[in-house]
Amino acid sequence: MPEKVKLAYLLAGGCAGCDMAVVDLSETLLDVLPQLEIVFWAPTVADVKYKDLEAMPDGSIDVGLVAGMVRLSEQEHMVKVMRRKCKTLIALGICASMGGIPGMANMHSKKEIFDTAYFDTFSTDNPEGVVPRTNCLVDGKYELTLPDFYEKVRSVASVVDVDYLTGGCPPHHSFIGAALTAVLEGKLPPRGSWLTGGKAVCDVCKRNPALQGKERELIQDIKRVTDGEPEQDKCLLQEGYICLGPVTQGDCNAQCPNVNMPCRGCGGPIPGVKDFGLRAVSAIAASMTDEKLVDKIDCPAKLFYRYSLPSSILGGKLK
Amino acid sequence: MKRIEINPMTRLEGHGKISIFLNDEGNVDNAFFQTVELRGYERFLRGMPIEEVPRTVSTICGVCRGVHYTASVKAADAVYNVAPTPTARKIRELFLNAHYVEDHCAILYALGFPDFVVGPTASPAVRNLIGLIEIVGEQTGRAVLKKRRSAVRIMEILGGRPLHAVAAVPGGWSKRISEEERQEILELSRDLVELGQMTLQVFEDVVLKNKQFMELVLGDMYKVVCNYVGTVDEQDKLQYYDGIHKIVDPAGKEIGRFQGKEYLDYIAERVLPWSYQKMPYLKKAGWQDIADGDNTSLYCVGPLARYNIGSGFDTPLAQEAYEKMKETLPPGPVHNIMVYHWARAVELLNAAEKVRQLAEDESITAPDIRTPLGEAVGEGVGIIEAVRGLLIHHYKTDSRGIVEDCNLIVATTHNKGPINVAIRRAADHFIKDGKVDEGILNMVEMAYRPYDLCLACATHALPGRSPLQINIYDAQGKIYETMQNF
Repeated sequence: MPEKVKLAYLLAGGCAGCDMAVVDLSETLLDVLPQLEIVFWAPTVADVKYKDLEAMPDGSIDVGLVAGMVRLSEQEHMVKVMRRKCKTLIALGICASMGGIPGMANMHSKKEIFDTAYFDTFSTDNPEGVVPRTNCLVDGKYELTLPDFYEKVRSVASVVDVDYLTGGCPPHHSFIGAALTAVLEGKLPPRGSWLTGGKAVCDVCKRNPALQGKERELIQDIKRVTDGEPEQDKCLLQEGYICLGPVTQGDCNAQCPNVNMPCRGCGGPIPGVKDFGLRAVSAIAASMTDEKLVDKIDCPAKLFYRYSLPSSILGGKLK
Repeated sequence: MKRIEINPMTRLEGHGKISIFLNDEGNVDNAFFQTVELRGYERFLRGMPIEEVPRTVSTICGVCRGVHYTASVKAADAVYNVAPTPTARKIRELFLNAHYVEDHCAILYALGFPDFVVGPTASPAVRNLIGLIEIVGEQTGRAVLKKRRSAVRIMEILGGRPLHAVAAVPGGWSKRISEEERQEILELSRDLVELGQMTLQVFEDVVLKNKQFMELVLGDMYKVVCNYVGTVDEQDKLQYYDGIHKIVDPAGKEIGRFQGKEYLDYIAERVLPWSYQKMPYLKKAGWQDIADGDNTSLYCVGPLARYNIGSGFDTPLAQEAYEKMKETLPPGPVHNIMVYHWARAVELLNAAEKVRQLAEDESITAPDIRTPLGEAVGEGVGIIEAVRGLLIHHYKTDSRGIVEDCNLIVATTHNKGPINVAIRRAADHFIKDGKVDEGILNMVEMAYRPYDLCLACATHALPGRSPLQINIYDAQGKIYETMQNF
C-alpha cells in the first residue's frame, strides 16, 4: 500500500462553512480517510498538538488546506506556519482565496466597526464609554489581554503564496471530494492555478440563452430580486436582475440561478481576470441598452465586490 | 497573584480565551471568558438592500447554516410589513427543522457524546468523533453520517445550496417545491426520525443507565443558576420558527413575554473592556456584574433554557421523551448544564418529526411562494430559536429597504455571562492549593462544552474538542509552565 498522504487543515478567520462542507462529505469522508494521515486539523478531527505542528520539519506535510480570511495577528502567524510546513498549500473557499464576505468590512475603518458594535447598536449599554482593549486591568488586579485587530481584512492568498486557489462560499461538498481525489491521485494543475473546471456560471446555467440556441438580449432595466418574479428558464441578467454569472467560475453548477436567484460571485473570477469587481461592472455594463443603468444599482461596491474586496486593486475604501 | 490563561485556539483564530486568577493560597480568585469575535457585520450590512441580507448574514456562521438566514428573512418580512405566504412559511419551517436535525446531530456526536461514550477521563486523543466511531463501530458511524446527510440534502433542495442557502426572499421563498422533490424529502425524513430515535437510545444506554455519569449530569460543579429565555406557542409548547419569547426566573416564575422590537424592553448588552463580545443581561434586574444566583440578571438560551421555559413538544415521540426527562429530573427549572445535551437529543427528534409532518403535507407544493411587496415601513425585527438559542436580527432601512442600521444578538452572546460563571465554578471546584494538572483541562472543558457550540459558532470552530492552552504565571508574571491539549 502506498504511503499515506499527510494532510493538515487550518481555519483562519471564517465561519466554518468550509469545514462543514468537508463534514458534509459524510460517508465519502470515511472512504478517503484511510488514504490520509491527518497530521493537523484544527480544531476537531485530529487532536494533534500545535507545538508538534511547529516542531514538524518545514515541508514535511504533503497538503495543507486553509479556509477563512486574516484579520488578527494570530491568524497571520498560523497561516505562515502552515505555509512553511506544507509542500502544497490550498486556499479552500473564497475567503481564503479573495477575502470573502467578511472582506466587505474593508469598506469601513476599524474605528467605524468598533463604534457600531460598542456604541451605536440599539441594545448596547455602555455608560462608561469603554472599548475593548488589547491590554486591560480589571478591578485593579486582573490583567487581561486581547489579540490585535488589524485595520483591514486580507485573504490568505495575499498573506502567503498559496499553490492553489478555490472558490465557493463554501465550495460544494462534491467539489471538495473531487479536489481531495485529485490530490490523492496527484492530478493537480500547475502551481498558482485555481482548482476549477474553468467554466463560467453561465456556461453551466440552464437559463443561458446561448445554450438554448437563442440570441442574448440587452438589459433594459435594473431589477432587485424583490421586483416581481423571474421567468422560468430565462436569463436573469437579461431580465434585469444583476447576476455575476458571466465572470464567475461555475464549479457550483449554477445552483443559485437554478433556484431563481442571481449569482453573487462566490465562485471567484473566471481565468484571466485580475480585479473581479471591475471585470463584473464592465461585463454587465456592456450588456445594457444604456450604460447609465449602472447608476440604478444600489450599493455597487458591496454587490460587485461582495466576495473579493480585499483582493481588488484598491483593497477596500481608501478614505 | 497567579494567572492561568486557557487559550482556546486564540493563536489560530483569535476568538476566545479564558484567564483564571489564583490567590496566594493557590485557589481561584476570579475567571474571565474572553471572546474575540468581531467581523463587523453590523457595520458593513449598511447600504445593502435588505433582500441581499439573508444570503450575506448566513456567513456569520457555517455551523449554524440555517439560522441567521431565517431570522434575517423574517426581519426582512417585517421591514416590508408582510407575512410570508402559507406555502413559503411551511418551506421555511421545513428548512429550519432540517437544519436542527443536522446541527444537533453534529453537536451531539462530535461534542457531547464523546465525553460519555469514550469516557470523561479518556485521553483527549481519542475523546472525539473518530474515537467515538471506533467504539460504536464503523457501521453505526456510517449510519449516523448518512442520516445526517439526508438533512443536509433537504436543505439543499429547499435553499438551493447545502450551505449558505439563497432561496429566501422578503415575503416568501424564490423556489417552488415540486411533487417529486416533496416525495424525496418525505423519503429522507424517515432517516431523520430514525436518527432522532437512535440518538435518544444512545443517550439512554450510555448516560441514563450509568450511575456515575448521572452524578456528573446532576452534580453541583456543572451548574449555573440563572434566568431562561425561550420561545413557545399559545399552548406553551416549544417553537423554533416563530412564537412568543418567554422569560422565567431561576425559580421558574414567568417574568415577561415579548415579541419583535419589545426585546429592547428586556435585554441590554454591556460592553466589557476585556472582551470583543458584549455581555447581555435582563434590564429589569439591572446590570449586576457576572454572578449567578436567585437575583441574577444573567440569562441563558438554548436547549436547556427551552426545556425550562416550555411545557413540552408538539410532536408525539418528542413529547414522550420530554415526559421521561420530567420524571427523571427534579421539578422546576434545571440548572445543571449537562442536561443541555439531553434536551438537545429530544429536540433532534422533535425537529425530525416536524420535517416528516411538513413533508407529508401535499400543499407544500402549492404555487403561492411570494407575497408582493410594497414600500418598506423601515424597521423590522426577526427573532427565531436558533439551534443554540434565541437569535435576534433587527434592521432599520429607508423606504426602499436599504439597510441603514442593524443590531444582531446571537445565542453565543446571550450565553456569555452564564458561560463565564460555569467556567469560574468549575475552576473553583477543581483547582485547589495551586495544583493544576492535565485533568483540569478536561474539567474546565466540560464546564463550557454544553454551551460549546455557541462558542464554536462564535469562534468558527468545528463542533468538537476545543484546543486549550493553559499558561501558568508566577507572581512576577513569568510563565513557569505551559500545558496544551493540541
